Amino acid sequence: MLGTKSIREEFAAIVGGANLRGGAAEDAVCGVVPQLVLEPEHEGQVAKALACANSAGLSVIPRGGGTKLDWGNPPRSADLIFSTARLNRVLEHASADLTVTVEAGCTLQSLETALARHGQRLAFDGLWPERATVGGVLSTNDSGALRLRFGSLRDLILGVTLALPDGTLASSGGKVVKNVAGYDLPKLATGALGTLGIITRAVFRLHPLPWGAKTLSFGAPTAERMQRHILEIQDSKLAHTALQIHCATGSEPRADLLVEGTDAGLSAQESELRKILAATPVQATSHLAWNAREQLASFLPESAAFLKISFLPAVWTDLVRLLRATETAEKLNWRGIFQAIGIGWLRFEGGHRELLGAIDQLRSELERRGGSVVVLRRPPGLSSLDAWGNPGDALPLMRAMKLRLDAKSTLNPGRFVGGI
Amino acid sequence: MDSRVLQEFREIVGKRRLISSPEELRTYECDGLTNFRAMPLAVLLPSSAEEVQAIVKICHRERIPFVARGSGTGLSGGALPVENGIVISLARMNRILEVDVPNARVTVEPGVINLEVSGRVQAQEYFYAPDPSSQSVCSIGGNVAENSGGAHCLKYGFTTTHVLGLEVVLPDGSLVHLGGKALDAPGYDLAGVFVGSEGTLGIATKIVLRIVKQPECVRTLLAAFPGTNEAGAAVSDIIAAGMLPAAIEMMDNLAIQAAEAAVHPNYPDCGGLLLVELDGPVAEVEALMRSVEVLCRKNGAWEIRLAHSEQERMLVWKGRKAAFAAMGRISPNYIVQDGVIPRTTLPQVMSEIERLSQEAGLRVANVFHAGDGNLHPLVLYDRQIPGQEQAAEALSYRILELCLAAGGSITGEHGVGEEKKHMMPKMFSEPDLATMQRVRCAFDPLLLSNPTKVFPTPRLCGEKPGKYAEHPLEQAGIAERF
Repeated sequence: MLGTKSIREEFAAIVGGANLRGGAAEDAVCGVVPQLVLEPEHEGQVAKALACANSAGLSVIPRGGGTKLDWGNPPRSADLIFSTARLNRVLEHASADLTVTVEAGCTLQSLETALARHGQRLAFDGLWPERATVGGVLSTNDSGALRLRFGSLRDLILGVTLALPDGTLASSGGKVVKNVAGYDLPKLATGALGTLGIITRAVFRLHPLPWGAKTLSFGAPTAERMQRHILEIQDSKLAHTALQIHCATGSEPRADLLVEGTDAGLSAQESELRKILAATPVQATSHLAWNAREQLASFLPESAAFLKISFLPAVWTDLVRLLRATETAEKLNWRGIFQAIGIGWLRFEGGHRELLGAIDQLRSELERRGGSVVVLRRPPGLSSLDAWGNPGDALPLMRAMKLRLDAKSTLNPGRFVGGI
Repeated sequence: MDSRVLQEFREIVGKRRLISSPEELRTYECDGLTNFRAMPLAVLLPSSAEEVQAIVKICHRERIPFVARGSGTGLSGGALPVENGIVISLARMNRILEVDVPNARVTVEPGVINLEVSGRVQAQEYFYAPDPSSQSVCSIGGNVAENSGGAHCLKYGFTTTHVLGLEVVLPDGSLVHLGGKALDAPGYDLAGVFVGSEGTLGIATKIVLRIVKQPECVRTLLAAFPGTNEAGAAVSDIIAAGMLPAAIEMMDNLAIQAAEAAVHPNYPDCGGLLLVELDGPVAEVEALMRSVEVLCRKNGAWEIRLAHSEQERMLVWKGRKAAFAAMGRISPNYIVQDGVIPRTTLPQVMSEIERLSQEAGLRVANVFHAGDGNLHPLVLYDRQIPGQEQAAEALSYRILELCLAAGGSITGEHGVGEEKKHMMPKMFSEPDLATMQRVRCAFDPLLLSNPTKVFPTPRLCGEKPGKYAEHPLEQAGIAERF
């Protein structure tokens, strides 16, 4: 049985007795309470402790801020939690080179504060930045509104260091913006849900903070009309930074557009937007509009499922049509934030049977068109619903990758696609 | 090669698409890195993914290594044939399969030429952003292999930023789809691993590309500085002021002379030339350009020119893009290198290069992607003079070591290929290389796909995912599995 003195002593010898404690109810992962929680102080300890767990056949759940710990399927087992709470330093901010090296346990907010001192930022707006960590957003591939202009985390990451279950600390990429030497392991680690290795540090490319910003909003009576507006904007020469659409059961769609730049640039872009939208009124609104995704994801009612959807941007109306059909047929309520690039976040509420049916239908429709539906949070009672959907014909290759890097399935076992 | 196997290949691609005569094979014995040559056993030119699969399945069965080849313009020997192996040329697979402007995606076969993609969507005012200098001849498949950049990757990113999905023939002949038209496909980002893997993980037979709307305006500025240090300082100031130009290029005097001799761009004769390009909405660009001018003058620019028409802009770029080839005007031979350094280290790196070049008695011209720190030192020499070629090679590698010492990389865009694989252990530790090797083994356990490139020693994929074995603690009854 885990928790025997010898195993505990081994871990205590690696991370220090004070950084090791028994698991408590609040440490539960999808209802499973781990036996031990470790808080290593530096990446060397992470690697050693991970190797120890791997040898002992114990499963490890990496944890940053714990804000997205239940994304993914429930783990087959959860013996240990490795917390990155103490790996929280900004190691190097090379501001003149627009790069930063940061430990995985650093929160987004701490990083933001450090970078802002030199007028720079990591151009990424993640959920719950006061608690979410660098390692966590990378592992879950969280994706915000700034993605339209700056790309996703995979486009911002330059280098990564991973602790592998055999105790290796492997680095790939580098500290420079341009580098094609060797394989792109930072990409492999991004979105891997910690199933290939524990991210201990990452290097990111940075951007200057904007001189100014403005949020402009507009509405449309129907999804079709909104789609036309979005396509017109995306096809225009506007250099907007973000574009999101709010839509929900029983309400008309509204959109927010973010422009950043100099004063001259901002007014010019606003005029341009008004010209493009012609008769549709445009209002300047508060920057708080960009908290909408976090509001949607927070304080989810018991009966709600929370989904991440990937769809082709030009057929957003088809998606809305599907959702509207579930309103009438299954009597479900839904509310969503959709990014113009084709990523949507959806809150879905209703009875279990109806929800299951609707999500299945949505998933098969979207997968048919090359998209996907990932269930990030399912209401209790729907635990059998697979989080990921069909990973396609590359699943054997993904399994081969898992086998090469984590042969004993020590890390987050069973949580990823295809039961990985 | 076994004549039976040769016949099987012939049956797949047709007699005319299999090259086996020595005279014809010569064309394929090297790529853009002409110092490295090797003869393949045969060259095949398939015209479909099914043909590629059939070929690779035979290679898998017979353990024949293969090297995929696009336009053969690579500068690191990535398409150099492997001993006792074949070359699979994707040149015939050159169709643009789908153009989906509303979704800003274009799907192409690997043999499509880079510039053709932009050409196809130009009418709708879109373009394909990665613009290596060889873009009028290099192929998308080759770009995928090398994760090619170009002058505008500072703002727009590299090939990997613009590849959304891939259809790939794996080294066992199976066909898989990595990524796709929609974003964030569930699972590992294997498309992201494949891009830049230099043909060592399989062969891409279909690529989904992202296209970008042309900016409202583009403004290009040329600034003449007393030297590269001053030019570099101006770049630092531009970055510090919070601006992100679309491109910033720097050339030293030797590079300017060569460009002038070759294409007459009428560059000012100066110690350090800066080419700064801004794009975006007119009002924004004009405001920022004024700041750029001020910062250039502040750092000693004695002449500043703004390109006033598309023609002028093209001429300004012509000089820069012809810089490598232009070296031929001022030297019988040259070696181009591709190191990356943190931008802030430019002054000391440049003075070190100067010192090394004097020591070696060889001239070095420098062209620099100043925005992202990608340095192209061009080591000039004369092959006819005994010992100069070796000296030039040695100098080019010393410069790469310099880049590493400064915290950079041995390659920013040309790839490791054959040429720089011996330098990989200088950049990465043994555990790093071993981990990359494991990734390789997941794709290619038999080491058939471009097996001798990127890594210094091809290593067999030893780990056997075998039967589970009980841990001693479990055997002793102390620990048990959940």
